Amino acid sequence: MKARVHVTLKNGVLDPQGKAIGHSLNRLGFPEVGDVRQGKFIELEIAETDKAKAKARLDEMCRKLLANTVIENYSIELVG
Amino acid sequence: MTVAAEKNPPVKLPNELTITPQIVAEHGLAPDEYQRVLSIMGRTPTMVELGIFSAMWSEHCSYKSSKVWLKKLPTSAPWVIQGPGENAGVIDIGDGQAAIFKMESHNHPSYIEPYQGAATGVGGILRDVFTMGARPVANLNALRFGDPSHPKTRHLVSGVVAGIGGYGNCMGIPTVGGETNFHAAYNGNILVNAMTVGIAPTDRIFYAAAAGIGNPLVYVGSKTGRDGIHGATMASTEFSEDSEEKRPTVQVGDPFVEKLLLEACLELMATDAIVAIQDMGAAGLTSSSFEMAAKGGLGVIVELDKVPMRETGMNPYELMLSESQERMLIVLKPGREELARKIFEKWELDFAVIGHLTDTERMVLSWHGDIVGNIPIPPLVTEAPMYERPWTLTPLPPVLDAAKVPAPRDYKASLLTLMGCPDLASKAWIWHQYDHLIMGNTAIRPQDGDAALVRVPGGHKGLAMTSDCTPRYVQAHPETGGRQAVAEAWRNITATGARPLAVTDNMNFGNPTKPEIMGQFAGAIMGMAEACKTLDFPVVSGNVSLYNETEGRPILPTPTIGAVGVIEDIAKAVGSRLSKAGLALVLLGETQGWLGQSLYLRELCGREEGAPPPVDLAVERRNGDFVRGEILGGRIAACHDLSDGGLLVGLAEMCLAGGTGVTMKLPAGAGAAHGFLYGEDQGRYLAATDDGNALLAAAAAAGVPATLLGYAGGQALVVEGLLTLPLAELRAVHEAWLPTYMNSAA
Amino acid sequence: MKAAVLVFPGSNREGDVAQAIELVTGRKPAMVWHGDGDFEKTDLIVVPGGFSYGDYLRCGAMAAQSPVMAEVKRRAAQGVPVLAICNGFQIAAEAGLLPGVLMRNAHLKFVCADVHLKVESSQSLFTNRYQAGQVIRIPVAHAEGNYFADAETLRKVEDRGQVAFRYCAPDGTVDGSGNPNGSINNIAGIFNETKTVMGLMPHPENATEPMFGGSDGKALFEGLVEALS
Repeated sequence: MKARVHVTLKNGVLDPQGKAIGHSLNRLGFPEVGDVRQGKFIELEIAETDKAKAKARLDEMCRKLLANTVIENYSIELVG
Repeated sequence: MTVAAEKNPPVKLPNELTITPQIVAEHGLAPDEYQRVLSIMGRTPTMVELGIFSAMWSEHCSYKSSKVWLKKLPTSAPWVIQGPGENAGVIDIGDGQAAIFKMESHNHPSYIEPYQGAATGVGGILRDVFTMGARPVANLNALRFGDPSHPKTRHLVSGVVAGIGGYGNCMGIPTVGGETNFHAAYNGNILVNAMTVGIAPTDRIFYAAAAGIGNPLVYVGSKTGRDGIHGATMASTEFSEDSEEKRPTVQVGDPFVEKLLLEACLELMATDAIVAIQDMGAAGLTSSSFEMAAKGGLGVIVELDKVPMRETGMNPYELMLSESQERMLIVLKPGREELARKIFEKWELDFAVIGHLTDTERMVLSWHGDIVGNIPIPPLVTEAPMYERPWTLTPLPPVLDAAKVPAPRDYKASLLTLMGCPDLASKAWIWHQYDHLIMGNTAIRPQDGDAALVRVPGGHKGLAMTSDCTPRYVQAHPETGGRQAVAEAWRNITATGARPLAVTDNMNFGNPTKPEIMGQFAGAIMGMAEACKTLDFPVVSGNVSLYNETEGRPILPTPTIGAVGVIEDIAKAVGSRLSKAGLALVLLGETQGWLGQSLYLRELCGREEGAPPPVDLAVERRNGDFVRGEILGGRIAACHDLSDGGLLVGLAEMCLAGGTGVTMKLPAGAGAAHGFLYGEDQGRYLAATDDGNALLAAAAAAGVPATLLGYAGGQALVVEGLLTLPLAELRAVHEAWLPTYMNSAA
Repeated sequence: MKAAVLVFPGSNREGDVAQAIELVTGRKPAMVWHGDGDFEKTDLIVVPGGFSYGDYLRCGAMAAQSPVMAEVKRRAAQGVPVLAICNGFQIAAEAGLLPGVLMRNAHLKFVCADVHLKVESSQSLFTNRYQAGQVIRIPVAHAEGNYFADAETLRKVEDRGQVAFRYCAPDGTVDGSGNPNGSINNIAGIFNETKTVMGLMPHPENATEPMFGGSDGKALFEGLVEALS
């Protein structure tokens, strides 16, 4: 199955990249854009059919490597 | 030796297109060039074979428009180990060490995708140097952008600088020097010229010429994808028409993989396993395998199905023409495959034996057992097109009458205008994004000297390096401009105390089918050749980039001169920082006040006219040798050769670099003040010394014109009777232009 | 003093720090490959600068999971000193040897320049040859040097005297003007609780020879030699 992981910065952590993106959009003629936060999207092919097992393993992957839990949150979506 | 006859014609691949005149044209081959292909092959070529001819006979690989002129450049000297013709030039720098260097352009890709274009340009030139066995020790770059007011300029500057930094910093090689200019002529065609210098032992240099019939051909590095394969009707997986999205036209670089490749190659080079090695650059596997076989007088069989592939469904055409980055081709001694494989596996890189050398002098391509391409090698080389395109020289413009150039109403304002103009403004915003300190050997940092200076590892020697060119001079009179570019590079190195040794030239010009453009090329080469010969400064490597024009508007002719020199004891080298009060400032060389094609004329008067300043090569030699001798004798504390902006700008730059002011007065007989202060007369240096009188006497004895201008001290630049400019104000203007420009909204 | 310098795929300042160590001790340190789960016992372990694993995913994230780092963590727990520079600091933070995290520079660009640092404490193996309050000039070269810790962690770091260096103006004033990357509280380097592990973003190994930009960094290595020989 496929897993989709979103890694985002925790609230309260300064995101200068998100800020720069927001300002650029405003300058390009999109004044309606307010706060912008930038994150990461990671797609993985998993050789596992049991959803619960897959979720638990992905959780471990996120905590061990994919996200730095000091400053990042993560969410996992399983597809297929 | 006659080339072996072709035994069996190749098979056609599934859905292979029939070659039409349009397909030939899209491959960049003129009808008469295609006729040559037919007569060499003795039959219609397959698509893969056509692709190979197209690549090997492209301007980039064959130098067909420029070769006839490049032959006029001097390329030898007792210290030259390898001149043009290999991946890079090699010079002997003493103590069993060689400096290996080259400059290359990546102009068109950088305009399309500035970050990746510039990054892969750096990656390519690095490979050209380390493929010869040298660990790179320094990078430099010459950048030419359009007018700051052009809507794309900011984006291009930002992307190119980030790309150069992103690649070079990750590779761990310091980027220590270069130049950045702005001019409207580059609006549609920016120039990104990247130079790398590496060091290798003279008895361990690796070349591309393959040897040893039966020896294995080995592919190492990244997998091959569809990067850089162009054209709407080119072969695709299904040879269908709508496969655009499968073919990224921009090559994406991975400096992390190249760092691993560098270390793995150097590790393999320390063994005796390598016979020949070549990096896969433009036209990837095609040019590298072809050149290795051609140089060795051999044939080669390439089993394309063994090439490590990144995408599914790749076909022989794509595999031969892909420009995927970070790949090398190696001929190994028989039996050394396992040793080599272990090294590349340790560094987690792909390693595959993809063929072997033969004695047929043919390039044979096989695909799952079938022959899909079979080309005789020597005729492709000997019958490659070489053109003597018609050329018209640009006549020397009339000398500008200095009396007709208005003097500034306010000298202080005029200096501030110049120091804050795009070409002269501080480029710190740029080079602070380059790691210029890694490897711990940087003795002269950017803006602290005319040339960059790094210590050669393992001793006391210093390597001085520079990149220079004044395109407006070349535009006005190409021969003078070519001569001047070489002379200025020579002066840059001399001003540190180092002995200039050799040149790498990056020729950037417009459309060579236009006689006036070909004439610019011819003129520049003539000037360069004369300067290289008189100054004992041979060209050991180089690159040509043509067709830099958009909608009929060419760039300024830009023959970028990269150069390298050596100083035996780096402790004796000097930069251009004026750091001590009390030092005497002596102007060496003659000043007539040449304002034609000067920055004063352009920035203050809005005019680009007149003959460029003449270059007397004998005078350059005499003055430079004198300056170098004085520096090595310990009699000069700081030195700056004069160029853009003339004397006053040079002085301002020395004060800013060292944080000390100067008080000077116009010498008797100086003529018009603005001519004396802003003229761009050649062959001149500013020297700061503890003993002005001794330097004047020595200069007189050597026949070098010399004038004591004044003394260092205080915190202002003072020209008595004309201007008093506090350094803080000068610094604020000098440092503000670029960051303000880059940070403001488009 | 025997030292080991780790080498990861993509490390690029291991040569610089080895050169500095050899300059001060007279002997070359051992160079230890990331794949080795064990290596000779040394007085000091150095995690050098570079772009380990290309800085992909997060700086230092993948290097922190390598076999050699597992062994480094074991030895650090036993009190073996660890000096973590730049990418090394990032790796140490990802490995949990030091609190906090290094993020992208606030102005989003790589910066290579001299900075001034205020030595916060001379009471450590690393800083014993400096005086508390001394201002030194050292270069930085990084794109992700922006030190961050959440409020609670930051309070502990400050209260326990774990800040080793702060970015300052040339006269020692800590007001943000000398901060090249936006790091919180102008932190340039920190200790662990026992002051046996130190991580810093600047490169003292590139400031050991006057002709090559200054020598304020030399005392850091001399201090280590003094404390560990």
